[in-house]
Amino acid sequence: MKLDPLRSETVFEDAKPAFSLQEARVESNRCLYCYDAPCIKACPTEIDIPEFIRKIGTGNIEGAARTIFESNVLGMSCARVCPVEVLCVGDCVHNHQDVPPIQIGRLQRFATDAAFESNWQFFEAGADTGKSVGLIGAGPASLAAAHRLRRFGHRVTIYERSNTVGGLNTTGVAPYKLRADDSLSEIDWVMKIGGIDVVTGVDIPAKKTWAELEQAHDALFLGFGLGPDSWLDVPGKALGGVHGAVDFIAELKAKALDLKGVKHAVVIGGGNTAIDAVRELLVLKKAKVGALESVTMVYRGSEAGMSGYVHEWAHAKEEGTRVSWQSQPIGFDEGTTKGRVGAVKCVSLDSNKKPVAGSEFSVPADLVLLAVGQAKLSDLVKDLGGVVVEGGKVVAAADGSTGRKGVWAGGDCRNGGKEVVNAVAEGRDAAISIDAFLVKGGRRG
Amino acid sequence: MAEFKVDLTSNCGGIISPNPFWLASAPPANSGAQIQRAFEAGWGGAVWKTLGQPIQNVSSRFGAIAYRGVGGVGFNNIELITDRPLETNFREITETKKKFPKHAIIVSLMVETEDEWRDIILRSEDAGADGLELNFGCPHGMCERGMGSAVGQEPKVNERITGWVMKYAKVPVLVKLTPNVSDIIPHGMAAKRGGANGVSLINTIKSIIGVDIDTFTPMPSVGNASTNGGYCGAAVRPIALHMTGALARHRDFGLPISGIGGITNWRDAVEFMLLGSSSVQVCTEVMLRGYRIVEDMIEGLTQYMRKHQFRTLPDMVGKAIPGFSEWGNLNMNYETIAKIDADKCIGCQLCMVACNDGAHQCIHPDQNPAVRVPVVDEAECVGCNLCQIVCPVESCITMEQVQNGFAPATWNQHVNDGAVLRPKKGAH
Repeated sequence: MKLDPLRSETVFEDAKPAFSLQEARVESNRCLYCYDAPCIKACPTEIDIPEFIRKIGTGNIEGAARTIFESNVLGMSCARVCPVEVLCVGDCVHNHQDVPPIQIGRLQRFATDAAFESNWQFFEAGADTGKSVGLIGAGPASLAAAHRLRRFGHRVTIYERSNTVGGLNTTGVAPYKLRADDSLSEIDWVMKIGGIDVVTGVDIPAKKTWAELEQAHDALFLGFGLGPDSWLDVPGKALGGVHGAVDFIAELKAKALDLKGVKHAVVIGGGNTAIDAVRELLVLKKAKVGALESVTMVYRGSEAGMSGYVHEWAHAKEEGTRVSWQSQPIGFDEGTTKGRVGAVKCVSLDSNKKPVAGSEFSVPADLVLLAVGQAKLSDLVKDLGGVVVEGGKVVAAADGSTGRKGVWAGGDCRNGGKEVVNAVAEGRDAAISIDAFLVKGGRRG
Repeated sequence: MAEFKVDLTSNCGGIISPNPFWLASAPPANSGAQIQRAFEAGWGGAVWKTLGQPIQNVSSRFGAIAYRGVGGVGFNNIELITDRPLETNFREITETKKKFPKHAIIVSLMVETEDEWRDIILRSEDAGADGLELNFGCPHGMCERGMGSAVGQEPKVNERITGWVMKYAKVPVLVKLTPNVSDIIPHGMAAKRGGANGVSLINTIKSIIGVDIDTFTPMPSVGNASTNGGYCGAAVRPIALHMTGALARHRDFGLPISGIGGITNWRDAVEFMLLGSSSVQVCTEVMLRGYRIVEDMIEGLTQYMRKHQFRTLPDMVGKAIPGFSEWGNLNMNYETIAKIDADKCIGCQLCMVACNDGAHQCIHPDQNPAVRVPVVDEAECVGCNLCQIVCPVESCITMEQVQNGFAPATWNQHVNDGAVLRPKKGAH
């Protein structure tokens, strides 16, 4: 994948800048080195956090990085992307004595950045087992699974529909957390274990059927993530200037956006994608990309009911977002430019989310981003008998195994859309389960 | 109610100072200008950096150990006695004494022959010294030349040289003792037999502060080599407290003591006084933080004395001596167990791992894994204090006395008189 050097994400600065060596030293020495630490339990990949922090404190940065990657091979991006406020940092015991919690994410970034800068390699592929695993989707779940499978010595091939590797870690993460080029260099680093074959531009099952995949591999891992942005079925839905938020974010991470003539942006939704989109637009506004004057969030629920993280929303508010609570978009009106959106027509909702008669109003909008969820791709597996889909999510046991022998699943397609760190944990654990299956001579049934 | 008035005046072997806080003979007491600034900051006295035949120093000179990011927990130096001309030192002593007549200037001395001692004593007294301190303790550089700790380690030499000094000195004399001995008592007694008015201790401990693991050179490195230095700083305080207390409680000793070794604040100073020090000397903490630390030392000591209704320093000096006992006289039936305050506990479980790996395996997780507050198995707890020591939260773990119904009984009473001891705990 080629990234435009002038792509819009380059105007973003790190929300949580890198620690200097001195900052890392001071912060690492504040860690109490808890036993059976709550931060470890709060991490889906269960990184031994007190141990890697202690190693930073003793100057053993390489050992710190090894500890992190041992549990989470995407530890570099997770250090930046994880909502640590509700995970490890949120469970730091210092919170219980009103002392600022340890900045675990920034310490993790310190150690993993050092590993990349120094090109430390910690892992070797295992001796070839002759077994082969096919992984569908090249996002964090498949990458984590593939890396672990290579450590066990299994052959792996990742099949990716698009031309981009890394999934949402490359195309979807807010650029003030992680930039696309960082994600790609992380993938390069992961690939250094050798033997991870990635085939892009392969639509499964259209271009390669499940039968062909099962023929080619001893086990399969489903890590295909979620589908395109969901759309609102309202008048004007096809007007120019109305975009899916995930799609828009992918554009700004890869290309230089043309926002000429965009004065007013509206983001519809109240989840984390909506908050990300709002915050990204506010940065673009501040950086005077286009002619942005206002960024407004339109959400059906109340502030207390939003599904986005409280800490992220607090930032968005601080950064100057406007918001229209309990508002339901009922149509997009054409603006002065023919075929392009000019306003979002809304109606107010009561506390039961019922429209209030006569409450219609319009919010000016030259750009509308829909952040009302992503389609589920469960149709993909309808021919894969035994793989059960519920609520759009592939059903899997704790070890990732599905109802079909020889098929595992992990990441957003299984959990419905969680964090990168959840995808990594699910991919890694599925790999461990797949290995146990393969070493016992397992074959698909 | 009128404020309880306390008097911080210190009298250590006849050396009077407005408070018991003295600069120790060391780099912070190297020159008149420095000592005058120290007196302005509030120090009550200063022991002038040791005078003798001026030497030449090496570069570098100091080393330190850090613990979890805090530097200078322990410190050492390979600097020798004064490198400045004696005339300069004496002139500055006179100037300083003139400006600060009520403050105590004690001149530290280290020379070899009786004639040299007589000469330097007379010159020090002429310059205005309020007292003399005989440096029988320096464990680096000077001892190889037959001075410093080479004197302090030989009671007969100590006694002889102290005797020479007492023939000539008109002002009070303190003998500064070295801790580089197996038992401090014979050395304190030698100073007493020599006629000293008091002792000061401890001087620094012979040490290597560290090794540069990349150049394979001990520290502080002088090119590609180093030498043994004198160890000091907060980490040596327990050794100094022990030696101070050992002399102070010895029935035949009885001389005033100026306590030295790892004093960083008023609490440390109080500890030395409670174990028998009439004055205290500070070097390392001043080197690390400056003369200004004395403000807190004076305030803290004053408040402490008010709290305990001590009007004068002699009211408190030695108060902890009766509590410094032989092991055989400790009450074996006194029993404590650890109590964890669940409201204060932050769930770090450091007590649990410490007890499990380093003590008696009697702190366990709660049966409910969601509860992070550990549980003390009181039937097994031996009351060792380790959990309290590792707990990061102030007064979260307390050691509480158990009324076990056994009358007090010491080991000696048990052995000699058959006194009944409670059953051992955790010894299975």
